[in-house]
Amino acid sequence: MTELNYLNAKKGLMSWLFTLDHKRIGVMYLIFICIAFSLGGLFAVLLRLELIAPGQTFFTAKQYNQLFTLHGAVMTFLFIIPSIPASLGNFFLPVMLGAKDVAFPKLNLASLYIYVLGACFCLYSMIAGAADTGWTFYTPYSSTTDTSVISMTMGAFILGFSSILTGVNFIATVHMMRAKGMGWFRMPLFIWSLYATAIIQVLATPVLGITLLLLFLEKVIKIGIFDPVLGGDPVLFQHFFWFYSHPAVYIMILPAMGIMSELVTTFCKKNIFGYKPIAFSSIAIAIISFLVWGHHMFVSGQSDYAASIFSFLTFLVAIPSGVKVFNWLSTMYKGSIDLKSPFLYFLSFMFLFCIGGFTGIYLATLSVDVHLHDTYFVVAHFHYVMMGGTVMAFFGGLHYWWPKMFGRMYNEAAARIACLLVFVGFNMVFFTQFILGAKGMPRRYYDYLDQFQPLHAFSTVGTWVLGAGFMVMGVYLIKSLINGEKASANPWGGITLEWQTSSPPITENFAHHVEVTHDPYDYEAVQRKGV
Amino acid sequence: MASSVSKTEPHIEHHVAHHFDTSEQEFNAAKLGMWVFLVQEVLFFGGLFVAYAFFKSLYPEMFIEAHKQLSWKMGALNTCFLIFSSFTMVMGVREAQLNRRRSSIRYLMATFCLATAFMVVKYFEYSAKIHHGYLPAEWFFGEGTNQTLPIFFGLYFALTGLHGLHVLVGMGLIAWLIYRSMKGEFYEEFYTPLEMVGLYWHLVDLIWIFLFPLLYLVG
Repeated sequence: MTELNYLNAKKGLMSWLFTLDHKRIGVMYLIFICIAFSLGGLFAVLLRLELIAPGQTFFTAKQYNQLFTLHGAVMTFLFIIPSIPASLGNFFLPVMLGAKDVAFPKLNLASLYIYVLGACFCLYSMIAGAADTGWTFYTPYSSTTDTSVISMTMGAFILGFSSILTGVNFIATVHMMRAKGMGWFRMPLFIWSLYATAIIQVLATPVLGITLLLLFLEKVIKIGIFDPVLGGDPVLFQHFFWFYSHPAVYIMILPAMGIMSELVTTFCKKNIFGYKPIAFSSIAIAIISFLVWGHHMFVSGQSDYAASIFSFLTFLVAIPSGVKVFNWLSTMYKGSIDLKSPFLYFLSFMFLFCIGGFTGIYLATLSVDVHLHDTYFVVAHFHYVMMGGTVMAFFGGLHYWWPKMFGRMYNEAAARIACLLVFVGFNMVFFTQFILGAKGMPRRYYDYLDQFQPLHAFSTVGTWVLGAGFMVMGVYLIKSLINGEKASANPWGGITLEWQTSSPPITENFAHHVEVTHDPYDYEAVQRKGV
Repeated sequence: MASSVSKTEPHIEHHVAHHFDTSEQEFNAAKLGMWVFLVQEVLFFGGLFVAYAFFKSLYPEMFIEAHKQLSWKMGALNTCFLIFSSFTMVMGVREAQLNRRRSSIRYLMATFCLATAFMVVKYFEYSAKIHHGYLPAEWFFGEGTNQTLPIFFGLYFALTGLHGLHVLVGMGLIAWLIYRSMKGEFYEEFYTPLEMVGLYWHLVDLIWIFLFPLLYLVG
């Protein structure tokens, strides 16, 4: 007889659609997020295909504009914002706190359905004359184009509420639901990063909500706030938009940094170096993230005085980010490193995030930014942070927790090959774009000078390697669900709470009352106890 | 409390949800969640307030001209309605905490009526604006010397419209509370929904207290 767990405790479609179990909600989120990632990836492959040669090759200029808009909007609003918090976070936040569920299970399910509703609006926009404004919806173009901007912005507006509700839930859960003995500084660092993320979700997302609402009013009743003809100001839209969307970048990267802390301790079998600095640096990033939005407007007619302050504040972000990277490196020092596939993603993150981070410093520098602004250099920079950072950590976390979530192991050799393909393909696509950008290739153009052709073609071939990597990953992960080897409760030898319950966990998460007696990564304490 | 037990009206016993250890933990979690949600609301309106401040500094004379089209008497009346409704809301929660169900329901109904009165006044104000053509952008046909007047009325309708929507949502929530109170769900050990809607209602009230001087008394 098989053991009872959250997957087989109740049967039937309805038991999933009306579940209040955070683990099932997390799994459903995971499915939607993977679909969104595949869709956004498909758009990316198509738009890179257009760029394989100068001039019109496969798509018209307008179709190209729609493709990069859909790629950006799907990847940002449907994939990367909810990615780690809503799927892995939903599943593991209560488990790692030793709680039975999040504070508000019904709200959790509601946020999933709001996400689905928002996704429907976005899908409708794709069918009904896809938006061609770029995912940033800058006015006045967005208020004058005839493509379906309204449904796309309404989709993003609704998705924002899903994100806010998740944030509210996580904050209340972290404050109120910790197991006995788990003080704030005994929480795993993944929880700290989700907590910092939740703060940004709650404080920044409503501003995007009101911005998109005003854009909606601008388009429908011509309210005039962003329209210079009526006395409005289009740059005001940029300020509003980036007041959300820059903190949103940290909604994307902070949970990834949390996963990194989990991976490095488990696969080095060593206590984390500098627990408190890592925890506080998450909060510091969350705070600074609200003060840097002006760096998107260095060339939008912002005053020099404001620009230099924003430039300085942007440099500040490098400090807490650097604190984290150095602490992870120091944790590896003299650790017993186990190069399993989740750790390969950890290493990929370290390389790619450092490149992404350092090029961010270039872009924060006023004089350099004037040259690099709106070029492929910017595109490469944020893909190194978002994809090289967040996506790598997301897949690292997925591989790390896969046995816990589904009770099955995947093929380790295939996983390593996939990771290698993703790493190589990613660098082929985006490293070339640093060079293209430095040479002056502007972003969002479907045509280019002949001299850029070799680098563009190389970048396009890279998307095929990257795509192959993700396909391999899809195949072995699905295969593991069907006939993967049964996973033990603790396949990697981790010591945080999620490894102390069965794989997959039971519906109540733990069979016994949980009490925490040592720090989350204190391997020595565990050895002394002889566990 | 022993003497009041005999007067206690009948109620339905509340059971703590399975994932909480105590009802205190459950209550505190709900309260924290609500406060965080209210912070979110403040930022949501914050965007509009920033737009207000921006255009006020850009076109100060226009704002002075525009506000003369708003009736400060109507606005003051509505302010009184909302402040008084905050009081009746608090009393509704208080009476439930003291197990005085019927009195609590009466206060909730008073709150609902005051909210309705607010919306009725709002209706007359809106009709007057629409009648005289003080509307956003191209629908504007009101009298005025300043070309940017439609911007003010765009902001006016966005701010008061969004606030009015919150009042309507609040009315729905209060109606739901009245229904649940009648079933006898709230008593001294369980009044969480009352307290949460109360918090929401005070915020709606507070936003209006900022809107009133900013829009009606700006000159």
